[in-house]
Amino acid sequence: MLRHRLMGLMLALVAFTGLTASGANAEDRFIIVQSTTSTQNSGLLDYLLPIFKEKTGIEVRVVAVGTGQAIKNAQNGDGDVLLVHAKPAEEKFVAEGWGVERFDVMYNDFVIVGPANDPAGVAGSNDVVAALTKIAETKSPFASRGDDSGTHKAEKRLWKAAGIDIASASGDWYRETGSGMGATLNAGVGMGAYIMTDRATWISFGNKGDYKVAVEGDDKMFNQYGVILVNPEKFPNVKAEDGKTFIGWLIGDEGQKAIADFKIDGQQLFFPNASAGNS
Amino acid sequence: MNQMIAEADFVNATADKHAQGNPMLPLAASGLRFAINGRALVDVEALDIQPGMPTVIMGPNGAGKSLLLRLLHGLIVPSSGSITWAGKPAGKNIQHNQAMVFQRPVLLRRSVAANIDYALKVHGITRSERQPRVETWLEKADLKPLARQPARTLSGGEQQRLSLARALAVEPQILFLDEPTASLDPVSTQAIETLIRDASDRGTKIIMVTHDPGQAKRLAGEVIFIHRGEISEKTPAKTFFKSPSSEQARAFLSGGLLI
Amino acid sequence: MHNFASSFIYAAQLLLSGDPELWAIVLLSLKVSLSAVGIAALIGMPLGAALAVARFPGRGAAVILVNSLMGLPPVVVGLLVYLLLSNAGPLGVLQLLYTPGAMIFAQVVLVTPIIAALTRQVIEDLDSEYSEQLRSFGVSRLKSVPTLLWDARYSLLTALLAGFGRAVAEVGAVIIVGGNINHVTRVMTTTIALETSKGNLSLALALGFILIGIAIAVNAALGMLKSTAARSAYA
Repeated sequence: MLRHRLMGLMLALVAFTGLTASGANAEDRFIIVQSTTSTQNSGLLDYLLPIFKEKTGIEVRVVAVGTGQAIKNAQNGDGDVLLVHAKPAEEKFVAEGWGVERFDVMYNDFVIVGPANDPAGVAGSNDVVAALTKIAETKSPFASRGDDSGTHKAEKRLWKAAGIDIASASGDWYRETGSGMGATLNAGVGMGAYIMTDRATWISFGNKGDYKVAVEGDDKMFNQYGVILVNPEKFPNVKAEDGKTFIGWLIGDEGQKAIADFKIDGQQLFFPNASAGNS
Repeated sequence: MNQMIAEADFVNATADKHAQGNPMLPLAASGLRFAINGRALVDVEALDIQPGMPTVIMGPNGAGKSLLLRLLHGLIVPSSGSITWAGKPAGKNIQHNQAMVFQRPVLLRRSVAANIDYALKVHGITRSERQPRVETWLEKADLKPLARQPARTLSGGEQQRLSLARALAVEPQILFLDEPTASLDPVSTQAIETLIRDASDRGTKIIMVTHDPGQAKRLAGEVIFIHRGEISEKTPAKTFFKSPSSEQARAFLSGGLLI
Repeated sequence: MHNFASSFIYAAQLLLSGDPELWAIVLLSLKVSLSAVGIAALIGMPLGAALAVARFPGRGAAVILVNSLMGLPPVVVGLLVYLLLSNAGPLGVLQLLYTPGAMIFAQVVLVTPIIAALTRQVIEDLDSEYSEQLRSFGVSRLKSVPTLLWDARYSLLTALLAGFGRAVAEVGAVIIVGGNINHVTRVMTTTIALETSKGNLSLALALGFILIGIAIAVNAALGMLKSTAARSAYA
């Protein structure tokens, strides 16, 4: 009796193993897109990809990490398409031969969010350099991604523009979480710190507390997304045809319109601008 | 003089009884020593065990009885000295023809029948042969109604009966027993002794350690008395209980404190 | 703010609603972790048992090594397995990265030392009881491994449980090698991480409750099996 029960358990284990092994169907037509958390957490990709699949039959599997890690993964050949937001790093990626060609896709903007009591007195500002200077002067806590992501890179450029040496403040009022946008927002809200985030993630973020957008509307906070096909000459496993189809759709009329149609609470999160920047 | 005649009678009688002879005997040891940190726990100059009635090893606690048994069975390796079986050193074949029953039965976490089946299986006996043999030994040990029961839920006496039946099932030429009835009630002890006597009558050489002079009287053909790791005497049982030759054995049998 | 009771009720509602997405995630979690534990048991149990009974120079060091590997950080395992399975890595040709197979691979690496170390402990204890009797039967140390494993079967359930607990609860390894791809490699823990990062804390907590519920259910099932075994003095 006992023996049978144990055997049953073992069989169940083996059956599960078998199921999983057969679960990965080689016939599935899919591509892997290395992308960033902002596109995923905002829900944009969940909105776009079913439309694309409906039309082409190609499933898009998204690995959402920071831009820095997404680029490194792509440099290992672990992905067919790169969809990120750090233009200089993207151009370097293409120049070094890892990618075929870079296309602008869309933009949104960064905002700095802060607690309602606004310790640095920056609420309502549209001058990001002045706001950052004030935050530094008042030593108000500031939570940074600190993860080499696109947002982190953009934030570092802005500190540099303000002439502030954040390295010396690290661990003091400048706090690097070393994690994704959502985790940084959770941490920052918890510690009453200012946080720079892309607007899409902020709008769809569910744990805002008493936080509000404090700084917005500065041209310097423009956030451009680009898309690149990983170079199939470097990595023969890259699904170049399906990857090209996806990129073509994304920067074509249909994709661009779908991006513009994606709204949360009536707000448009991303603004398509493929034709503007592409030759 | 009398003693010598008695000894000769004993040898003749047992040689008749075990006329087929036992291919593993005589069991001889020479210069057998087992020491830990230089202290000899067993130190046997010469030992010679012949076919015949059970050989019973007696002696006070800590005399080295169990160690001697384990050395002979091959469970522990002597520090020096040699053991031969019918003139040959212990080998796979010799190991194969021995079994041992321990003071505290070690039963596998399986049913009563499966315990016997296991011993037969590792002994290299085919499945079709095992089945009837398991039945036979369950019967002999009076364990048939308990065949499907988990072995470790048996009473102490039943456990030791199973342990003995399991050892005998492989039909060993030599069976070592280390105080098999030490903690059993009289009824259980009697059942065990009956199984031992039957095995002996069928030609299995019994080499057994016991603490109990009564048991030795009931079973032994000869007695080996050891004290502090050394053999004090090796005498036919009748002689041993009438007039032991060593002072240590006399003291032990008279119930005195043996130091 | 976030109240545990409301998350708890939310968890119940999620389960009862029969949301196919949720069930797919729960099922994938179970598939991946049970497969990993099954494979890890096939490797770790004989390994641990052999380590328990074998006598060889360096055995002490080997035991320390296996015990230490019990504490392997999942994220390190994830990274190692990623580097192996990456298209730039030695096993890239398998095309396992970002599939459930990769997650099973990583969890096998994570769980095998746990099962091996606990098995060694259990088997060593049992061997101290059995070894004289088995030697007397003429069964050598290494050949006694299957016997010891079988007779310790109910005690070894604890090792399986520990392995399963570790596998089903870890996020560090599966998120790196699986990529948390929706409908493909998204499991309970990566979903919880994702929902947390989206700031959907009640949903994340509700999913956490479901995960704990699964752990309790699995433990209870094996616990019942063990207590039946104890009544037979098999455990």
